[in-house]
Amino acid sequence: MAVNTVLPPSTGRRQVSWGTPLTYALALAIAAVSIAPVLYVVIGGFRTTPQIVADPAGLPDPFVWDNYARVLTQSNFWQQAFNSAVIALGTTLAVVVLGLAAAFVLARYHFRGREGLYTFFTLGLLFPAGAAILPLYLMLRDLNLINSYYAVILPQVAFSLPLTIVILRPFLSAIPRELEDAAAIDGASRLGFLWRVAMPLSRPALVTVGVLAFVASWNSFLLPLLVLSDVNLHTLPLGVQNFSSQYTTDTAGVLAFTSLAMLPALLFFTLAEKQIVGGLQGAVKG
Amino acid sequence: MTSANQIRMPAGGASASPAGPHKAGRESARRADNRRKWYEIIGLTTPAVVIYVMFVLVPMGFAVYYSLFRWRGVGPPTEFVGLRNYTLAFQDPIFLDALRNNAIIVFGSLLIQGPIALGVALLLNRRFRGRAVFRLLVFVPYVLAEVTVGIMWKLLLTDQGTVDALLRSLGMGGLVQAWLADLDVVIWTLLAVLTWKYVGFAIILLLAGLSNVPDELTEAAAIDGASWWQIQRHVTIPLLGPTIRIWMFLSMIGSLQIFDMIWVTSVPAVRSLGASATMATYMVDNGFFARLWGYGNAVAVILFVISFVAALLFQRFLLRRDIEGAITGRAK
Repeated sequence: MAVNTVLPPSTGRRQVSWGTPLTYALALAIAAVSIAPVLYVVIGGFRTTPQIVADPAGLPDPFVWDNYARVLTQSNFWQQAFNSAVIALGTTLAVVVLGLAAAFVLARYHFRGREGLYTFFTLGLLFPAGAAILPLYLMLRDLNLINSYYAVILPQVAFSLPLTIVILRPFLSAIPRELEDAAAIDGASRLGFLWRVAMPLSRPALVTVGVLAFVASWNSFLLPLLVLSDVNLHTLPLGVQNFSSQYTTDTAGVLAFTSLAMLPALLFFTLAEKQIVGGLQGAVKG
Repeated sequence: MTSANQIRMPAGGASASPAGPHKAGRESARRADNRRKWYEIIGLTTPAVVIYVMFVLVPMGFAVYYSLFRWRGVGPPTEFVGLRNYTLAFQDPIFLDALRNNAIIVFGSLLIQGPIALGVALLLNRRFRGRAVFRLLVFVPYVLAEVTVGIMWKLLLTDQGTVDALLRSLGMGGLVQAWLADLDVVIWTLLAVLTWKYVGFAIILLLAGLSNVPDELTEAAAIDGASWWQIQRHVTIPLLGPTIRIWMFLSMIGSLQIFDMIWVTSVPAVRSLGASATMATYMVDNGFFARLWGYGNAVAVILFVISFVAALLFQRFLLRRDIEGAITGRAK
């Protein structure tokens, strides 16, 4: 009898079961708090400004497409999305290539000073990136890089390298020594081993660091704010900020622009959720 | 025994015997390989080291140098003022407000986000249908760009805006405030917005930590008759210790240098009075926009030193065991 009362729940837990109503009520409440403001912005973009002023919490009546159409045809939205994409892709590519090269050496070569070099990179994790922004601006100015994609890409690469190396190194260390020996017997050099064996094997980790670098770059604001004063080079975050301060009376337009700027990040996140979460898990475990 | 000796013999006598050239050839091949190894080490690490040094370490060194001058950013700095920029900063009530605000954000984030995140993570760690969707939705605020989130809340919190209308329709009109304009309220409004934005990050980390808690432990406790809450309280939460401490560390560093959300959400006039300034916004306002470059760099150094000391203290007293397990343990 006692056994019977204990066993069913413990076997039932193994399958995915329906939770209690309380679980769902709480989960729904939490989900609502998380996305209600976002939904409000997206839906608000389908209203007119007078509608919003008259009833801030109402629904579109009638539905208006004009705000979204206006943002997509008349603003710099596409130019800014393009700039964001170039900068994010450039940053991601450079971070992955440089991070992989450095992490490979730190994982697979034995030499004096190796641990010192690793610690040197991990120090960057303690470093508040924002603190160095003013001297960084001055340096980029002296290098004549202000108002170029490089002014954003190069510092972003530098600031992403520590986390990249910390995530990649254990991955590369874990590749069995036998594989390296086998590659050597087949005539592959150490670089051949990196190219043909280590890189394909560490693809999941490379995707993770790539996704993290991409999202960080796509969302970054402070660095572009200082180094990209040329409107034609503005990224989406700068565009959203400018649009909202330029058209303060056009609330509906600002809502539409903001939701369009959110869209790429939301899509990207839905597609790459596993990598982002996996990357943060990797970071937690060191 | 003898066979081992026989094998060792030729090698041992090699240096003096006619077999010398053969061995020397192998030796030089080994040296060539060693040289090539060093070329590879240098070739593969140099790009990363150069970029890292140039854009992370060198600027901080320059900040220390510039901070000793009164300098408008044109031409080389010439007016040496010693530590005056630092004493000026600590005499400026706006900067002291910024320091206080950073302290509110650091401790407020830890005290509010921690319990919320723990509760949500425990809830979303239960197995139920649709869990994956709920997890995805909870992470949404964390993934959105700071700027879009800031603008969004600025619109929602505007005078007679959506939040006010919502409160009124719920019969709580008495709570309505000038959320972003009232000098005494604005920092708490910002803290609430920051909580909304960043609690998802804590939840992601805690869920990652929870996935490492072996099922056997909780099942054993369940068989022993422990209730769900007893299991969480005595088995799961203690095992989350390292994850919680790492989150606290990351949250603290992030709060100390917070800029984007504050800059976008708060009104410049309110910020310039100190009510919603942080060290980072104060630094950018004064150094970049007011072109007080020497002074701004001094604030940068202060921000850096405070963050670094906080990080070291945290490492020393709370994180040491976790880091030993995570970093040094892995590295070997």
